[in-house]
Amino acid sequence: MAKLMDYDRALELFEPVLGFEVHIELSTKTKMFSDAPNYFGGEPNTNITPVDLGLPGSLPVVNGQAVRYAISLGLALGCSIAPTSRFARKNYFYPDLAKNYQISQSDEPIAFEGSVEVELPNGRMFTVPIERAHMEEDAGKLTHVGGATGRIQGAEYSLVDYNRAGVPLVEIVTDIIYGAEADAPELAKAYVSTIRDIVVGLGISEARMERGNLRCDANISLRRRTPEGEPPAPLGTRTETKNVNSLRSVERAIRYEIQRQAAILDDGGTITQETRHWHEDTGETSAGRPKSDADDYRYFPEPDLLPVVPSAELIEELRAALPEAPAARRRRLKAEWNFTDLEFQDLTNSGLVNEVIDTVAAGASPAAARKWWTGEIARTANAQGVDATTLVTPLQVAQLVALVDDGTLTDRLARQVLEGVIAGEGTPQQVVDARGLAVVSDDGALIAAIDEALQSQPDVLAKIRDGKVQAAGAVIGAVMKAMKGQADAARVRELVLERATALPE
Amino acid sequence: MSEITQEQVTHLANLARIALTPEEIVSLTSELGSIMDHVATVAEVATPDVPATSHPIPLQNVFRDDVVGQTLTAEEALAGAPDHDGSRFRVTAILGEEQ
Repeated sequence: MAKLMDYDRALELFEPVLGFEVHIELSTKTKMFSDAPNYFGGEPNTNITPVDLGLPGSLPVVNGQAVRYAISLGLALGCSIAPTSRFARKNYFYPDLAKNYQISQSDEPIAFEGSVEVELPNGRMFTVPIERAHMEEDAGKLTHVGGATGRIQGAEYSLVDYNRAGVPLVEIVTDIIYGAEADAPELAKAYVSTIRDIVVGLGISEARMERGNLRCDANISLRRRTPEGEPPAPLGTRTETKNVNSLRSVERAIRYEIQRQAAILDDGGTITQETRHWHEDTGETSAGRPKSDADDYRYFPEPDLLPVVPSAELIEELRAALPEAPAARRRRLKAEWNFTDLEFQDLTNSGLVNEVIDTVAAGASPAAARKWWTGEIARTANAQGVDATTLVTPLQVAQLVALVDDGTLTDRLARQVLEGVIAGEGTPQQVVDARGLAVVSDDGALIAAIDEALQSQPDVLAKIRDGKVQAAGAVIGAVMKAMKGQADAARVRELVLERATALPE
Repeated sequence: MSEITQEQVTHLANLARIALTPEEIVSLTSELGSIMDHVATVAEVATPDVPATSHPIPLQNVFRDDVVGQTLTAEEALAGAPDHDGSRFRVTAILGEEQ
């Protein structure tokens, strides 16, 4: 267990400096350089062609759709699109690719110099500078056999499945990120989340982190603070944390590394430049491979592939088709829905913005849609340990809201109806019918119950007649109980006051 | 004369996983130097308005439609493999880390 410094203390002494590399698997039908299906899973080594195995005589050909997706992503990241972009060989010896090199892009990436606007949970807006986005191929999947943990250390041999080899990737590399300060962990999470929103909005990736469609390597170093007036200290040595495959892990891993590095530096130690592996179970990182000569990848232009020279027409066509940027979309929705900052942040943090959009589109008011999703539905999801979106559909929520709006249901009854909908009993209307949950709006039935309650509590009746209307509460309670809660309390109150004077002495 | 050193040759051999004897390092240092000198004559005629060539034929934008084609069966894929386990390639334990 590494020694950790208190987070606040670490921030007093050091400035965190960040950088991210996010890999996106594109959801094309075929691979980057071969016409094998872009499908990872199933029987190992069946979704491959000679190109994916690097067999002699096979030649790669670029997937045009992957290039269009990469350009769209570059544009959505505010990048310039390179007039000419080339592929390069990244040479390394590791059996996750059969060729002993990965086809990537080196000094001529398809997109460069952009920025992404990210909103932090505390409402702060942060602009993350993007250095580049380049195209490359994914590697195969290794399973280490033997040894205690199934990890590399101690393994006797490894098994290789090349189904994932050649899947199209775009790697997004940020510039050095300064100024995140104490928000660094939240920024990391918000950045990756925004990238996910962008690629989902573009429809170019499934972007499921748990499936490895979207992977984040987080670079972090600490720079010692200097007294005012003195020149800034040089940048610290960075570590690169891999294997962070959930938004929560990204945030936790950054926080952990800040605390770990701060403790080492404060003890007079030095940070080793290395990759570190995030362990979700223990919430720690462990040392991986140190940076060494092996990182000399001897890039050179890929002689089997030709330059990519996108026409201005193509770029403008893709630019015109871009969806609204996530941050701009949030600003617009917040204004349209007339939510307070706090209300909108709660909604954003719950990850249910799209559900509310769809519920509003299905006819509900924004306030009601937000109330149900972030309230009762989120609570139920939390209690059941499932995703709120799996419980009910936006249409069902809109139907429920409509039943409340037209007076068929009170909020209390609506919660019971929701419970029925979640239990799979049908649409809200079907649950209302089957469970007999509608508000009793028949004044005759209400009056009968009110008269009975008033007559059984003559002291209350007398008080109401004396003008002490607050005494009516006891009668209203009795009536609501008699109606099993299926009455509108405001209407009951009206009728109680009316009947108190109407009843014979 | 080029500035290829024995250290560079050793480094390159290491990167390329090629075992060299001390004699080979000496001879390759001299040979690589000659090759570099030879190639360097190109630099004498290169001007900033001549872009670097990465392909001998002036073609660009050769793309494939995103349509699934014929794949190998696992048996075909493994036919040339020294070793396998089920339908996966089997390789010796790997030192170092995933890239």
